[in-house]
Amino acid sequence: MNDFEFHSPSTLEEAFELLERYGDDARVMAGGTGVVLQMKQRLSQPGHVIGLRKVAGLSYIKPVAGNGAVEVGALVTHRTLENDPTVNQALPMVTATYRRVATPRIRSMATVGGGLVHGDPNEDPPPTLIALGATVVLTSASGRRDLPVEDLFIDFYETDVQPGEILTSITIPPQPAGSGWAYLKFLPRTADDYATVSVAAVVTPGEGGICGDVKIVLGAVGMTPVHATQAEDLLRGMALTQENIAACASAVKDVVDPLDDFRGSAGYKRDMAEVFTRRAIQQAIQQALENGQTV
Amino acid sequence: MNQQIRLTINGTEHELEIPARRLLVDCLRYDLGLTGTKEGCSVGVCGACTVLIDGEMAASCITLAVAVDGAQITTIEGIAQDGRLHPVQQAFIDHGGFQCGICTPGQVIAAKALLDENPSPTEDEIKAWMMGNLCRCTGYYGILNSVAAAAASQGEGTR
Repeated sequence: MNDFEFHSPSTLEEAFELLERYGDDARVMAGGTGVVLQMKQRLSQPGHVIGLRKVAGLSYIKPVAGNGAVEVGALVTHRTLENDPTVNQALPMVTATYRRVATPRIRSMATVGGGLVHGDPNEDPPPTLIALGATVVLTSASGRRDLPVEDLFIDFYETDVQPGEILTSITIPPQPAGSGWAYLKFLPRTADDYATVSVAAVVTPGEGGICGDVKIVLGAVGMTPVHATQAEDLLRGMALTQENIAACASAVKDVVDPLDDFRGSAGYKRDMAEVFTRRAIQQAIQQALENGQTV
Repeated sequence: MNQQIRLTINGTEHELEIPARRLLVDCLRYDLGLTGTKEGCSVGVCGACTVLIDGEMAASCITLAVAVDGAQITTIEGIAQDGRLHPVQQAFIDHGGFQCGICTPGQVIAAKALLDENPSPTEDEIKAWMMGNLCRCTGYYGILNSVAAAAASQGEGTR
């Protein structure tokens, strides 16, 4: 690892000053699971690292008054989030998804905000957060900017976080009334691996066996998480028949763009994207029906 | 660039002047001589370097020592009390929880972290928790039995 200077601000204002002073030569670090690995591999060689561990006020989980959403401070660790009763009650899909990340040790270190700005398309949380319509707050010395998680990811490990900005919180809306959900992670190697293909699906059945709404977002099959809107359009408003579900799942093959790697060839991942999308939709529908909340 | 930090390791406070790039595992092993903590994969996957930072499990091989300035660190050297092994350590001896031993400090610290949080885990909970600690001798059943036995012995108050 190249040498650098470490800064440990205790307020966001100090962090913004450091970002202003060192510009491109600075990197912000939260839990460090991403940044330290990149520095060890010399993929990132900052002259200044700004550690957020001592910045107060970014480790909270609170319900948003009135609308059932939950706001999560950027420095909340994955394990704190997955063990939080408020989150588990309001957003079981989020709890289940965060529990699929790596190992308990990594989840004790990695933060919710740090995971998102890492911009790794193989991560578990982004598909679920996009499917639920979550938003992030990017704060800078000059103010704040709200951005859908969906718009945060620009390219491979590249996000829309601008110079001087720090991701400070994420707000997750409630799961839609009457909906069912699934987060499926295809793991042919080990339980703590990144997915070969992952799929987050939320289905809200409507009257008479019609699909009221559907969200399908895939991970590990492109440069960013892939929101399969074209596939959704094939199912929304249609009867929830096996035939229509299969047609919808088949359509994701046209929008995924996986890489060949040791988790499978691009062609294999494309095929598995269809299979796991179909299963995720079926599982989400099943769950909605079992909850007995169909109209 | 050298920087001053303070770490409380196994209850003893240490003032250190170290380069910012010093990893916690190297700080423990080379600066402080605490060689119980091992480095395995160096990328946070294998669990050999597991320590507790303010009570939470962490991979010391991907932790910058300067980033945990002021923290309480617990390593394998710090869990025996008054010359008596920790119940997890004793259980690993009694139930064949290790073979070559390189992964053992990480296994023991991980198991202690589990029992601190969940004193009577189910078999599935033990497996889910310990999956982040690899044993290349593949002695997983011995490890599983040891963790279960440690939980049982703590439950009996035999500590």
